[in-house]
Amino acid sequence: MLSTEHGAVSSPLRTATDLGTDFWASQGQNLLFGMIAIIAFIAIIAIVMFGADLIKGRTRDKVQLVVLVAPVLVLLGVGLVYPALDTTWLSFNEITNEPDPDTGIFTTTMQFVGLDNYRFAFSDPSTLRTILNTFVWMILVPLMSTGFGLAYAVFIDRAKGEKVLKSLVFMPMAISLVGASVIWGNIMYDYNQVGEQTGMLNALRELVGLDPYNFLRDDPWNTFWLIVILVWIQTGFAMVILSAAIKGVPQEMNEAASLDGASAWQRFWRITVPSIRSTIVVVLTTITIMALKVYDIVRTVTQGRDNTDIVANRMYVLSFVEGREALGAALAVILFVFVIPVVIYNVRSLNKVKEAR
Amino acid sequence: MSVTMPPQHPVDDTKPTKGKSLTRSAKAKKNLTSPWATAAAIIIAVAWTIPTVALFMTSLIPGDRYRTDAWWTVMADGGLTFQNFNQVLFDSFGDNSTAPPLIEYVFNSIVVTVPSVVFPVVLGLMAAYAFAWIPFKGSSFLFVLIFALQVVPLQLALIPLLRLLGPENLGLAGEFGGVWIAHTIFALPLSVFLLHNFVSHIPREVLEAARVDGASHTQMFFRIIIPLSLPAVASLAIFQFLWVWNDLLVSAVFGSADTYPLTYPISNLAGDYGQYAYLVPPAAFISMIIPLIVFFSLQRYFVRGLLAGSTKG
Repeated sequence: MLSTEHGAVSSPLRTATDLGTDFWASQGQNLLFGMIAIIAFIAIIAIVMFGADLIKGRTRDKVQLVVLVAPVLVLLGVGLVYPALDTTWLSFNEITNEPDPDTGIFTTTMQFVGLDNYRFAFSDPSTLRTILNTFVWMILVPLMSTGFGLAYAVFIDRAKGEKVLKSLVFMPMAISLVGASVIWGNIMYDYNQVGEQTGMLNALRELVGLDPYNFLRDDPWNTFWLIVILVWIQTGFAMVILSAAIKGVPQEMNEAASLDGASAWQRFWRITVPSIRSTIVVVLTTITIMALKVYDIVRTVTQGRDNTDIVANRMYVLSFVEGREALGAALAVILFVFVIPVVIYNVRSLNKVKEAR
Repeated sequence: MSVTMPPQHPVDDTKPTKGKSLTRSAKAKKNLTSPWATAAAIIIAVAWTIPTVALFMTSLIPGDRYRTDAWWTVMADGGLTFQNFNQVLFDSFGDNSTAPPLIEYVFNSIVVTVPSVVFPVVLGLMAAYAFAWIPFKGSSFLFVLIFALQVVPLQLALIPLLRLLGPENLGLAGEFGGVWIAHTIFALPLSVFLLHNFVSHIPREVLEAARVDGASHTQMFFRIIIPLSLPAVASLAIFQFLWVWNDLLVSAVFGSADTYPLTYPISNLAGDYGQYAYLVPPAAFISMIIPLIVFFSLQRYFVRGLLAGSTKG
């Protein structure tokens, strides 16, 4: 049956027993390496911490404090804060790799070019489109996910089989974005020019008498179909958090309103939504951040073809495929600028929580 | 990514007593659930589940019928087969003269994931204890900074961090060590924040009693903080496990052919509609098995982690 696919290859498929000793030796080595790394890590932590416990006198507490916080501060400083600043600096430069006129040796030079990379990003049509697409993702994903999640949470609240119904919608959270992209890109949206429609949605369209539709080619709607993939995943997240908040709304309020003749629709808008407003804001901001950074979906489904590219994917391609790091850095900074309002909002609400304690 | 959650009211699990005559509140409750809402809920639930089911069914289509016949057609004539799973896992994922079988990537995923869960959780718990219970200068400034770092897109750090880990410096890029370090760094802000939320709610008397007895920070950490924070550690660990297992970006940037996890080859082959495209659905399904097992068996802890204040992206 598979011989048609493999053409002349006549050897039967290998099975688990054919993996051979080489395979198990190298995989075993990797697993062992991982285990040793964990054991060594824990051993070092324990040795350093109990070593710091042997110190007598006042310095003991200070040394132990350093042992507790230093690893995190050093890793974040070296691995996140410094790189972020460095990327920002890089975005104002241009990297050139040219042969020296005298010696002919290729040298890499960095030259300060001010806002040139940003100017390019906002004037080059395809890059500008990428930024606009990202903006659409940033708006639609949180609104749709939160909308569906809230509606679903309200529908199933105190319903029979609530737990099962919750699990079903929450399940996509466990699936990787790559897996979800395969599900939607290769199966749900699949489009055949001729023959039977094997894609689920096009088969459905045929069933109701519509012409098949090439979901991933039709600019600008293809961006919307990609957004649906992330909404599919994030709705479960919104639903679980909002459902917990809804359960915190005193049941008596709903009952009293109900006895006063308020309809379900009125109770939803006048009681439920105002009571959980702060949670809704949290869910919206969290999903907004998520939506900005996701690159897996575009990379897996369209690779940015047909005007579907977003900043996170373009940044990856520019920096790690095309070697245009400075422009990639500018895009990363643009991505960061998008989230600055969320950072400020978050820090403010953290401080409020702290004051409340 | 994470944001502060407003304090949640305790979830009311009490179920109304059945069989008795309808009380006032039961009548009102009955009024609150309409059949339309239930119908809408079921429609959403089905719509959300169909894609995953379709993936599984499509995985069973033999290669020569993929994209010619739909899975329901193949199912109708009894042509579905588990052969694809065998081929993808043990023969090769892609061109069978060059592409390695997926089982290699399964092992890579495990080796990448487990240390990337342990490291940030342990380091995060240490820092969380210090920020919650040891007063020191700059403590609240540093904590707010770490908190804000959760929102920084990791794209902003990729290029310089890759240089730091690269051959000119640490020489760990492309090896498991480099991937672990990158994952650890990106997980720390969430880890510190989430565990701090939990650790700071340990009753003050418990810690003060130990302190009066002359316990040092080290002793307090091992005797009180670790045992009492296990629930929070569990939920964070599940969270981080799913995140790392499903990650593509960090592994693609900091890894190499020796370390790529399942997501990497699947993402590459998914966009290629060539003659091996039929191997993508079974591979995607295989990549989901372990996270789905983790998810369904430990769902309670996972949800607890989400509600404790955060999620991550």
